[in-house]
Amino acid sequence: MHEISAEEQQQIAVCIGAFAPKRGSLVPILQRIQDEFAYLSGEAMRKVAAHLGITPGEVYSVATFYNQFRFHPPGKHAIKVCLGTACHVRGGEVILENFQRKLGIREGQTTEDKEFSIDRVACVGCCALAPVALLGDKVYGHMAPSKVEGLILGIHLEKERQEREKAKHESNNS
Amino acid sequence: MTKLLVDNKEIEIEPGTVLLEACLRNHIYIPNLCYLPGMPHPDASCRLCFVEIDGKVVPSCTVKVNGPMRVKTDTPAVRKLQQSALRLLLSVHEVDCANCPANKQCALQEIARFLRVGLKPKGLDRLLKEPSIVSDHPFIDFYPNRCVLCGRCVRLCRTKEGRPQMNFSARGFNTVISFYGANRESMPTCEECRSCLKACPVGALVLREPARE
Ligand code: SF4
Ligand code: SF4
Ligand code: FES
Ligand code: FES
Repeated sequence: MHEISAEEQQQIAVCIGAFAPKRGSLVPILQRIQDEFAYLSGEAMRKVAAHLGITPGEVYSVATFYNQFRFHPPGKHAIKVCLGTACHVRGGEVILENFQRKLGIREGQTTEDKEFSIDRVACVGCCALAPVALLGDKVYGHMAPSKVEGLILGIHLEKERQEREKAKHESNNS
Repeated sequence: MTKLLVDNKEIEIEPGTVLLEACLRNHIYIPNLCYLPGMPHPDASCRLCFVEIDGKVVPSCTVKVNGPMRVKTDTPAVRKLQQSALRLLLSVHEVDCANCPANKQCALQEIARFLRVGLKPKGLDRLLKEPSIVSDHPFIDFYPNRCVLCGRCVRLCRTKEGRPQMNFSARGFNTVISFYGANRESMPTCEECRSCLKACPVGALVLREPARE
């Protein structure tokens, strides 16, 4: 679980305080918090519930109805798989499934080491390349299961390389 | 009292009674899962309680009897809709009756028998949810693949509790019942209430075995 610092508590309170304590504020408040933190923590949802006089369960119920909300902090490498119409038709679902299996998490989740997260998105505007996945802001077209493997492997290798460099650098310095 | 003709049987009922209820009270069975007596606005979400009134097919839980009517519960159009609704429900259902606490007292089994639909209908993919057990309540386990999303539990909890302890979450095929935020302090009344457990027409809400606590 991600710990909420005192500073973040304060930030959440500020987000919430900007809205009137009425039911209609629920979605706008959640959007504000998500803008700020990129996800909705349990603590944030409890605070929103208290502000609006409803239960955390009701907040969760509304929040999970919308695709725009996440409930885990995004990973360092945020993977987004397009499931817009074109990508869906070209097997986007299979690509999503591949990422999920490879990383052992489901869409909307983040790996324990906080390296990866997976989300589904609707059309990202390059249907000709379907099926499409995004790694951060970078678009990868014509995705295939082998490319999923390749992408993840690439990131792992890059990380190892950086760690080696760092180790070398440190030993050079000492 | 108002008179109505249901399948050529004449019944008498107090005006304002819900048609489904009027039939059930007079031993005319109409399949139903989501109806709860006394709720001002029926969800009419299970789409099983269809009847034909003057050639129009309508869910009988949404009709109030306010004068004489002619109702048919057993026309081909009605049965076709009911069977389709049931087949779709079963296509997202993990049918494992032998290991289910609801076995033999399950509304789904009863309706399937009544409509002559096999519990494992052919021609439809089976879509199941993960995980198959959710334990976010202090002592109740939820089985998403047994839940028919009738909403009886949620609506009862809302009336009893005022501040509901259980809700629907997510949507579409992923919709589940959730006790998010539930803990022993926030819900001291669950112990005595247990309305949801009693209201579930299938085996989707189950008291957790003490061994698993
Ligand atoms: S809920 Fe009913 S139909 Fe489903 S497994 Fe249990 S007994 Fe069988
Ligand atoms: S848990 Fe039971 S009562 Fe609640 S919605 Fe599911 S089937 Fe209906
Ligand atoms: S549908 Fe995926 S990019 Fe348009
Ligand atoms: S009982 Fe009428 S639609 Fe469910």
